[in-house]
Amino acid sequence: MRHLLSTEGLRREQAEALLDTAASMEQALTGRAVRKLPTLRGRTVVTLFYENSTRTRVSFEVAGKWMSADTINVSASGSSVGKGESLRDTASTLAAAGADAIVVRHPASGAPHRIAGWLDRVGHSHTDGHVAVVNAGDGTHEHPTQALLDAATLRKRLGTDLTGRRVAVVGDVLHSRVARSNAHLLATLGAEVTLVAPPTLLPAGVDAWPVTVTHDLDAHLATGPDAVMMLRVQAERMHGGFFPSAREYAVRFGLNQRRADTLPDHAVVLHPGPAVRGMEIASSVADSDRAAIGEQVTAGVHVRMAVLYHLLAGEDVA
Amino acid sequence: MPTRRRGGPVPNGASNAEGERELLSSADLARTVARIAHEILEKTAESGAPVVLLGLPTRGIHLARRLAERITAIDADTTVGVGTLDPTLYRDDLRRQPTRPLAETDIPAGGIDDVIVVLVDDVLMSGRTVRAALDALRDHGRPRAVQLAVLVDRGHRELPIRADYVGKNVPTNRAEDVAVSLLESDGADGVAIR
Repeated sequence: MRHLLSTEGLRREQAEALLDTAASMEQALTGRAVRKLPTLRGRTVVTLFYENSTRTRVSFEVAGKWMSADTINVSASGSSVGKGESLRDTASTLAAAGADAIVVRHPASGAPHRIAGWLDRVGHSHTDGHVAVVNAGDGTHEHPTQALLDAATLRKRLGTDLTGRRVAVVGDVLHSRVARSNAHLLATLGAEVTLVAPPTLLPAGVDAWPVTVTHDLDAHLATGPDAVMMLRVQAERMHGGFFPSAREYAVRFGLNQRRADTLPDHAVVLHPGPAVRGMEIASSVADSDRAAIGEQVTAGVHVRMAVLYHLLAGEDVA
Repeated sequence: MPTRRRGGPVPNGASNAEGERELLSSADLARTVARIAHEILEKTAESGAPVVLLGLPTRGIHLARRLAERITAIDADTTVGVGTLDPTLYRDDLRRQPTRPLAETDIPAGGIDDVIVVLVDDVLMSGRTVRAALDALRDHGRPRAVQLAVLVDRGHRELPIRADYVGKNVPTNRAEDVAVSLLESDGADGVAIR
């Protein structure tokens, strides 16, 4: 694997290798006095964020540091991007400065693919195609490490084999890269994914996804899914009215206590965060044992360690 | 029995059609494990420190468990901790080969501070695995002493490392392959060279 740009197209054995490695990473670090591995000593990981983020950026940074990589954060504000430098030149500069991996978050879908394409170009002056690109969220397209950490969390709660497990993905699918990445990854892992969303918040072309779609949350919860993945309502990406009011959204698509009570005992509730409590998910549900929101964050570090390990530790078999 | 050779098929005696030569039979292997168990007891008893056997994946783990069983069978008063240590993330050659799957690391609950750790592996060759294991150990605590037990020492060391307990010294050609089979992972006990 040269880059991690999307979960679409990831083969099942690749996905499972990443998830198994993430579990090993967790296991390798548990109960230790020193939470540091020398694995990526001498390698440099740059996080290049054109959008704000706390958990994803910190998670990559911690993952890199725990494996002894040098991690450097670049955010669009306060960098040459503010002076009008193009994405291509910024990426090229980071590569020339010695980055072994560039972790990119960008508001435009496809930006990490473009960077990977530029850096892979034969004869790239500085890198010879040795820079790995990781998509840390691009527009409304994909967020593969989030999907991997969700899958890692589900594997911990439901068992390693997700074949036949039924996962509901609820809310703003249209603006959610998390939903898209999860739909593809979970399907690859053998799970059955159902999207539950108002028709206005479903993307065009959703029929091509490996999922089923419904607009009725209560009816779907009554079928007893193994996991319910709540999405964030991405107000910052909405230009126009997608639903009448926050109140109505909460009534139809929020996971309140009454709805959570109808779930089977083993069912897990996930939320990628940051959660809008009271609208997407009731506080009592988010804080209950059923919710795995904190575990998702922890799994995120292990998953990102696994991704960096697979991209940077082994031989370049390009 | 094992003689030094320069590769190629073995001409005589114990070799089979595939050019494989038996170094230890199942019974030899059991006797060897028993002898190492005695040696570990003898060598560690005087210090009075607790002993923890840490197996290196994959077959070292099985050997460590067998050694612990033997030690307890010989001397019921001795308590031996058993665990596993995967040094993969500490290897210095990660970038030279495809990424390898990671195995389990399981340090006994009491930790390894002030105990005698015996690293257990099936075959000792370059010594790089052991070096990685020593580095890994350092991140888990500070043992009083670290010793090394191996079933087969085949030479070709690349680092100044030697084993405290050796089941069998087998001078080998680099092109040869020493295959250790254990009941737990391979269905039968034995050591062969091919």
